[in-house]
Amino acid sequence: MSETLIGKRIPKLDAPDKASGKTRYIHDLEVPGALHAKILRSAQVHARIVSIDTSAAKALAGVHAVITAADVPWQRPIGVAKDHLPLKTDRVRSLRDEVAAVAADSEEIAETALRLIRVQYEPLPVVATPDQALAPGAPLIHPEPHGADSSPHLKSAGAPVAFAGKPDNIAMTFEYAQGDVAKGEAESDFVVEDVFKLHYVTHCCMGISGVIAEFDPNGNLLLYSNTQVPFLHKREFAELLGIDPARIRIIQPPIGGGFGSKLDIYPFEPIVIFLAKITRRPVKMVFTREEEFLASPTRQPVLLKLRSGCRKDGALTFRTVETVHDNGAYTSWGATTPFVMMQTISSLYRVPHCQYLTRAVYTNNPYAGSFRGYGNLQATFAVEAHMDKLAEAVGMDGLAFRLKNAQDPGEVTPQGMHFKSCGFKDCLATAAARSEFLRKQAENRARWKDPNPVKRGVGIASMLHVGGGAKIYPSDGCGTILKIDDFAHVTLMTGASEIGQGSETVLSQLVCEELGLPLSAVTVVNNDTDITPWDVGVHASRTTFIAGNSAIGAAKKAKAKILAAAAAKAGVPENELSLQSGYIVRSGKEKLFELGKFLRGLHFSDRAELVMTTFYYEPPSKHQDKGFKGDVSAAYAWATQVCEIEVDTQTGIVRLLKVTGAHDVGRVLNRLGIEGQIEGGIVMGQGYALTEDLMVEGGVVKNPNFRDYKLVTAPEIPEMDVSFIETLDGEGPQGAKGVGEAPAICIAAAVANAIYNATGTRITALPFTPENVYRALHGAAKAPAWSAAA
Amino acid sequence: MPAGCDIAFTLNGVKRELNVPAGMSALEMLRDKLGLTGTKYGCGEGECGACTILVDGRSMNSCLLFAADCDGRELVTIEGVATTPRGERLRDAFVANGAVQCGFCTPGLMVQASSLIERQPCATETEIRRGIEGNLCRCTGYRKIIDAIATAATEKSHE
Ligand code: FES
Ligand code: FES
Repeated sequence: MSETLIGKRIPKLDAPDKASGKTRYIHDLEVPGALHAKILRSAQVHARIVSIDTSAAKALAGVHAVITAADVPWQRPIGVAKDHLPLKTDRVRSLRDEVAAVAADSEEIAETALRLIRVQYEPLPVVATPDQALAPGAPLIHPEPHGADSSPHLKSAGAPVAFAGKPDNIAMTFEYAQGDVAKGEAESDFVVEDVFKLHYVTHCCMGISGVIAEFDPNGNLLLYSNTQVPFLHKREFAELLGIDPARIRIIQPPIGGGFGSKLDIYPFEPIVIFLAKITRRPVKMVFTREEEFLASPTRQPVLLKLRSGCRKDGALTFRTVETVHDNGAYTSWGATTPFVMMQTISSLYRVPHCQYLTRAVYTNNPYAGSFRGYGNLQATFAVEAHMDKLAEAVGMDGLAFRLKNAQDPGEVTPQGMHFKSCGFKDCLATAAARSEFLRKQAENRARWKDPNPVKRGVGIASMLHVGGGAKIYPSDGCGTILKIDDFAHVTLMTGASEIGQGSETVLSQLVCEELGLPLSAVTVVNNDTDITPWDVGVHASRTTFIAGNSAIGAAKKAKAKILAAAAAKAGVPENELSLQSGYIVRSGKEKLFELGKFLRGLHFSDRAELVMTTFYYEPPSKHQDKGFKGDVSAAYAWATQVCEIEVDTQTGIVRLLKVTGAHDVGRVLNRLGIEGQIEGGIVMGQGYALTEDLMVEGGVVKNPNFRDYKLVTAPEIPEMDVSFIETLDGEGPQGAKGVGEAPAICIAAAVANAIYNATGTRITALPFTPENVYRALHGAAKAPAWSAAA
Repeated sequence: MPAGCDIAFTLNGVKRELNVPAGMSALEMLRDKLGLTGTKYGCGEGECGACTILVDGRSMNSCLLFAADCDGRELVTIEGVATTPRGERLRDAFVANGAVQCGFCTPGLMVQASSLIERQPCATETEIRRGIEGNLCRCTGYRKIIDAIATAATEKSHE
């Protein structure tokens, strides 16, 4: 037998280039003849555009084009709700709003030209919070249709452009119910209710946003893009330009981090395309870091009211949840995160009766996108606080209480999620045991009255997340084309994008495992829509599962063809043959043919079989119905994390000392890669809990830089102890499930529970910065209140 | 047009003479004038470390350094570091330890680590952590970067 690659520590295939500075990101690409684009953003948070004068900018030497909405009457609304024109026509609704754009010979000239554009605004009242947005008589963010009906030049062009407008400030609502919460409450011995407030954070990919657009003389568009969803974007850009999607080619240079930020189209991309079309030149635009802070998406801030109950024996009875999301001025994926939040609320633990209502509300703030965890950090934060509170009310320890209510394998929840593999109880038990959770919790609690101002705390939290793709579209799938050449070298063409997470390595590993080849025998092509087959994109922790299954399927098909040819040639039964270490082997040991030689020999024979095959995989599961009942994923991932902290009650400083995590990942494929995903996720969760805070006041981002927006740095990281629970999912590639988002999800929830364990104070608003914690500990903070208007 | 500055310096061991605009940063000079794109722009304000280079042997944020001030100095970028024995050891350690994900922070960290283990060949865990405090990484959680640097440092002390 060849030695298995599964579970080994496989270095990333692209790491040597990256570590040598040889990798060319979009920022490093120079297209000969390219112009440089800059965007003029609004000077007002909310205003009418009275006039725009671009004449002085146009007159500047080196300027090739200055455009406003009037120059692209054919532009169409973009985004999840199509409520967003790339270039604004009559109104700006946030400070990031795009008013005009310049293409020039250099960035400096483009910058100078921006300063020459004169815009006259008529200020409108600012809607700074969801509360204000929901108040009776609040100014409306989208009172009238955009474009066609409100801008004379668009009307005259007769363009089919408009977003219809909204009679209120509600961007989206989600409602879900199971059972009868009134009955559940009547059966409860204990009921708790709290309001939780979750703040703004943003992705901070180290590689900032950028795009290069170029048309050929036939009008075909070539786009160099950082997108996580190239195939969906082809369709959207085609709609926007009114051309056939087949005429758009997207090449993804290596991407400097994604985390969900590159899941939507953002105005800069169409704008650069407009400029390329108008100037007939390649046009490149790369953000500055400040622009990245101001004009890329955020995680959605949420106000969440949770009411939950249980019986004396500890069994949960009901949950009622109401949330208000600050959608910002336009609708991106952030508005749809309730789809994930409700799963945690209904199905992480067994709850017979649930009700969930959420509204995403338009404001004049930055707009929220998708971000690793997709609403689950917020939902888990609230749910796990109540698991602690109810446990205490019943008089059970937090572990026993959770174990009592935890899901088991095989369960189908009232929401219809089917947990075919489920290591939840193992996760709970493992993380608790390895961290000595119960002993430490009791010891810390006993020290509440201790005079030492520095307290220790330990907190536990768990999570459930999609781990087998996500059927947010009617299907989830990924194509693979696999070629084996005369020298037994494999080219794996996959639709799955690499954004640093290591998909290219794990897919190679799965293919090599199937074909009995070393990793060096594979080249991965994954970044060109003209070559690679279709995929729905990198999101929802789906790539290893969906693209992995697809790659294995293609490899299996190739193997079957090779073995059939070999069996015929050697005159032996096919089932005695296998592929091992680059050979076709009989009965597990007898080397019949060297693979490359065998494949070469097939040329000019009647069995010429240079292997080229495709495979497409869609997991068999039922789609959710309109009431959100049904399965959304072929498999679910589970995890428990225990956080140990130290709180200085005199300064409010919270230090995260240790995280003990246990993750049901199905099976470990690349141990090095999965550890990296988990460690990175933990530290991202740490930033969400303790250091990161995008301060938005009156629609203005106050801290658009790394000096004032604090990412976690190396000295602050906790000790990390990670265990893997291998439940060998029946649908997973080699039994594996997705893991990308999971590790970031529980940290804030566990830290909140740890602060309570250390101090006896429960804080329900994030982030736990020294100031916020100090205020809370010294009675100077008000607990978040439920929005009066809501 | 204000006249630029004529400067002469050594870059990755090779003498260079250049005319640069007065306001240009060393980072822009390296990336835009000299085509050395291994050094990255992450913030332009000295806050992320993606642009780290060696100037006369000391690590610096090239975004904060004027190109004109490079006159008479010795500059080493990731392209130079990567070909030294220490750089190769570090690269192998970064690869083997899984210290690279999206890789955007990696060149800056490689340069920083190289100067760190040159100065402190027996750096402790705490010293390594402090030594890379100015380099932000959004992907890895730093653990594997710290391990990689420690690995490369240990190999050195065994030489
Ligand atoms: S680009 Fe120089 S420190 Fe960030
Ligand atoms: S590897 Fe992506 S920022 Fe460090």
